[in-house]
Amino acid sequence: MAETINEVKFSDEAMAEIQRYISHYPEGRQKSAILPILHIAQAESGGWVSPEVMDKVAQILNIQPIEVYEVATFYTMFNLKPVGKHVLEVCRTGPCCLRGADQVIDMIKQKLNIEEGETSADGMFTLKPVECLASCGSGPMLQVREKFYENIDSEEKLDEFLETMRHSEAEKPHHLK
Amino acid sequence: MGLKILTEHINVPGIETLEVYRKHGGYKSVEKALKTMSPEEVVEEVKTSGLRGRGGAGFPTGMKWSFLAKPEGIPRYLVCNADESEPGTFKDRWFMEHNPHALVEGMITSSYALGANKSYIYIRGELLFVLRILEKAIAEAYAAGLLGKNILGSGYDLDLHVAPGGGAYICGEETALLESLEGKRGNPRNKPPFPAVKGLFQSPTVVNNVETIASVPWIVNNTGAEYAKIGIGRSTGTKLISASGNINKPGVYEIELGVPVEEFIYSDQYCGGIWKGKQLKAVVPGGSSVPILPTNLILKTAAGEDRLMSYESLSDGGFVSGSMLGSGAFIVFDEDQCIVRNTWNYARFYHHESCGQCSPCREGTGWMEKVLHRIEYGHGHQQDIDLLVSVAKQIEGNTICPLGDAAAWPVAAAIRHFREEFEWHIKHPQEATAPGAVYRGQLAEVTA
Repeated sequence: MAETINEVKFSDEAMAEIQRYISHYPEGRQKSAILPILHIAQAESGGWVSPEVMDKVAQILNIQPIEVYEVATFYTMFNLKPVGKHVLEVCRTGPCCLRGADQVIDMIKQKLNIEEGETSADGMFTLKPVECLASCGSGPMLQVREKFYENIDSEEKLDEFLETMRHSEAEKPHHLK
Repeated sequence: MGLKILTEHINVPGIETLEVYRKHGGYKSVEKALKTMSPEEVVEEVKTSGLRGRGGAGFPTGMKWSFLAKPEGIPRYLVCNADESEPGTFKDRWFMEHNPHALVEGMITSSYALGANKSYIYIRGELLFVLRILEKAIAEAYAAGLLGKNILGSGYDLDLHVAPGGGAYICGEETALLESLEGKRGNPRNKPPFPAVKGLFQSPTVVNNVETIASVPWIVNNTGAEYAKIGIGRSTGTKLISASGNINKPGVYEIELGVPVEEFIYSDQYCGGIWKGKQLKAVVPGGSSVPILPTNLILKTAAGEDRLMSYESLSDGGFVSGSMLGSGAFIVFDEDQCIVRNTWNYARFYHHESCGQCSPCREGTGWMEKVLHRIEYGHGHQQDIDLLVSVAKQIEGNTICPLGDAAAWPVAAAIRHFREEFEWHIKHPQEATAPGAVYRGQLAEVTA
């Protein structure tokens, strides 16, 4: 059965996936599943985790809310405020910069009229430069949800990518596929 | 050259499925180890092989395994470090994505050797799509009786799970990884106790890199003595190299350790030379943490010998004129690249990734980023270069985990070998900040 707390509700599929991760750890060590659960919670909640969502995670794991907050604020993948439909996580680290990542980030800012961390006026894109994504042989590159988009090495490719994303639905959470 | 231990079948269509993987000899090491060898015999073979940790530190794997405490009645764990986050490194991601069963096989054989009945693969959170691939492979292995209770009728039980991180470079450090796997912030632990005594859930634990574990099946199948014949000197076996930067053919290459660096850069078999016909300026040979070397010192040692792709040759000359093989992340810079900008970029990375636990690292990485930023953007002061050297020195060796060293080394090395370029930025801020401007003076000569 789906569960609610302060109106936060996870789908049955999400709850099943959460239980599966909890079962991977020894008894009494259910807190270990916090990171996979936060990923599921974020995917279920429009790409970010609100305090209410974190409280819900704490309730599921039977731990204090602070234990969830301190983890969610440490790891960079968890967005603590609302984001656009597509979060563009662009690699800004050395190897990608050798092949033009700085220029890609500048072009995105210009084209979408946003700064780092901001969301475009139409709510479509959030720009979130990130550190090395282990795709250094195919830079410049960026990630949206679970997917990598690699070798974005010209303005044409970037335009094409943005245009495709504009007409794409946000990727569904994996457990709902 | 060209023996492929890890990548022989990686391009076979369908190799990610159990059926195709088994057709190409997959899971033989599980049968051989579980049915004909004792765990101690497997450990001995790995010791004999000379296999060294492929995550970056290069510590002998067999020795690490033999340190594992074995108190009665307490579970032991094997944890695979798939948190690959070192800038320049992408070999593990590529390997797991294309050949997931090879890691699963390595995990089963290695867990048997260590007497672990529950093992985890901790993968960085950004690679959830690879986690799905691994989970699929693991489900296939369970269905085939290669995981779970009484594997292949041997009486040995093993459960294997994949756990995602959440975006934190520090979790590649083994004790931070264990904290993260327990559902906490990734703050490294003070050592001792070492994970071999008190690791995951306070139990004896071995943490090994993906490539290390994936090398074990070949050693079990062919013996450690055969593995030790590959490579050069104490750099035995093959190594996955992640090649990136300004080269014609970026990608992952499996090499027998000992290939000359010059051949690796210019041969069509590997990097295929510098792109756009440009000149080589510098190389970071082992991931962003290791010292950068200018052309003369990456191709030859200070003594004039050919530099080889091996642990010993790349570190020849210490940090005065050498570097490290590290994780095998080979980052190539052409003549148009600015060393100051690159050093600032890495300093920003380490500042961003410092967990904040130890003040020399938390404060020092921030200082280095700020000072490098002002030099890069034309506001540097004459004394900034010495200030950077001093900050780097005060971080190095003064933190509980190696992130401090990893942050200090690239800054110190860039100044050691490219001091003139830093001075030029400070003395000529207008020229240096012009679009596309790069210092083209003589590379700093090194007097060893």
